[in-house]
Amino acid sequence: MGSVTATVAPPTDSNVTRWFRTFGAIAVSGFRRYATYRQAAVAGVVTNTVFGFLRYYIFLAAAGASGRVAGYDRGQLATYVWVGQGLLAVIAIWGWTELADRIRTGEIAADLLRPVHPVTSYLATDLGRAGFAALSRLVPPVLIGLLLFDVYLPRRWATLPLFVLSVLLAVVACFGCRYLVNATAYWLQDVRGPLILWTLFSGVLAGLYFPLGFLPGWLEALLRYGTPFPSLLQIPLDVLVERHPVPTQVGLVGVQVGWTVALLALCRLVQRRAERRLVVQGG
Amino acid sequence: MAEPGTLTGPAPAVAPPEDERPAGRRSGVLGAYRALLGAQARSQAAYRTSFVVDLVGNVGATVFDVVTVLVLFGVTRELGGFTLHEALVIVGLSSFAFATADLLVGNIERLPRYVRTGLFDAVLVRPLAALPQLLLMDLPLRKVSRVVFGLAVLVASVTSAGIHWTAGRVALVLVAPLAGVVFFGAIFVTTSTVSFYWIDSGELANSVTYGGRDFTSYPVTVYGGWFRALFAYGMGFAFVSYHPALALLGRADPLGLPGWVGWAAPGVALVAAAIAALAWRVGIRHYRSTGS
Repeated sequence: MGSVTATVAPPTDSNVTRWFRTFGAIAVSGFRRYATYRQAAVAGVVTNTVFGFLRYYIFLAAAGASGRVAGYDRGQLATYVWVGQGLLAVIAIWGWTELADRIRTGEIAADLLRPVHPVTSYLATDLGRAGFAALSRLVPPVLIGLLLFDVYLPRRWATLPLFVLSVLLAVVACFGCRYLVNATAYWLQDVRGPLILWTLFSGVLAGLYFPLGFLPGWLEALLRYGTPFPSLLQIPLDVLVERHPVPTQVGLVGVQVGWTVALLALCRLVQRRAERRLVVQGG
Repeated sequence: MAEPGTLTGPAPAVAPPEDERPAGRRSGVLGAYRALLGAQARSQAAYRTSFVVDLVGNVGATVFDVVTVLVLFGVTRELGGFTLHEALVIVGLSSFAFATADLLVGNIERLPRYVRTGLFDAVLVRPLAALPQLLLMDLPLRKVSRVVFGLAVLVASVTSAGIHWTAGRVALVLVAPLAGVVFFGAIFVTTSTVSFYWIDSGELANSVTYGGRDFTSYPVTVYGGWFRALFAYGMGFAFVSYHPALALLGRADPLGLPGWVGWAAPGVALVAAAIAALAWRVGIRHYRSTGS
């Protein structure tokens, strides 16, 4: 850790084990906290499933009689849609305003007093949340896909571990994006504008409304390397359906690593700048 | 309507429907609604930057829906047997109908939160009907931009699709979008009543409202199996855009329904509205406050 922040300095014996234990404890509490919203999880699964059907049929229609489009066959499109509908909740692409709300209300002051850096503690909570979502929100649509449709199953042994790593990176990268969007509240108080823009662009540019392969090749490449969005959804799904040969798969995960590191560094930078100017109205 | 005998348990307050009130209070009621609407308009215009961002953000969502259709036609010449020009008529009908219903009635999707936080109790004890209050309490004027864009897509698509205009088709192109508005409005109200029974229903209603919007943006031929049967005819979404578009374009239904079905849209919308009214009344009677 060892960062310069307004928070209380971590205990001097900040050895790695201790850090991991704290991080793990926060993540577990995040898991348990989100595990209490079970009804909401059921409602979310139903909604994801309905949109799964819609997207599956629409993408399939785009594949037409040949059954192939942009490097996907029918089975790959089915896997893309059904796993994608589950991943949507695992990365929690929409609806997280906790940090912005706490900044607006001043409750963020309590977070800054804690001996754990805010980016670290919110990330740990988010990983716990993602863990619960992987069980409650990813498994059901995947099962529906397996039961009702001819989904493509990975054929290379390397794909599954790469996919797990890719999803983990997508969760952290998506957290980084959401943290940055929320952190605009330090300057703007009302984050509705940035949130609307995020909601608007994240869905279409992450490959949710259509696989980015449907776009011209140069545009897909530009989005992949120039923006973090494809790293959130499109890349894990492309890795899973083996759209590319192994070296490219690995390369795509490498792109995710780059974006994830950059986003987390940016989060810490933004947090540090924000703490310098933050005035919490007392009460 | 609300006979005290039918109420059980901790008495939920039920607002008397408007038509049982003395006629002399009618103008007062209208005045109250006007005051609610005016207060909304003023409060939303007060944060001018936020309002402009909201206007842009809302139109953006509908723009991306149309962009998605264009991208799909970038990789295929036909979608479910329909060309781009034909598909855009369907998109236009759907997006105008949804955007307008969303502007007028879409706010009802906040009902779960009102029920959970207990705000709905406050609404019920006021001497006004609950539904209009809920709609006017937060009329999202920012969604006007979406309606304008939806209308633009509709006008552009029907004028460029090479429609052979007859008096009947002119009538249909005027009536079908309005029937779609009524239909989507009914869907919004019906789905929101779920929260009377299931407090934490969250985004469940979205699967039918926003799901319906996406469903009606594409020809019904795209979908398959029981999913198509359920959404298109079980819930009636095929009558929002698909069948009216077939009638406008003079195309036979690839699925085999007769041509007059396209003209049935207003009838389907009225049935949906009647069901919505019934569901709302039953729901309000069933409502128990979450307590405090």
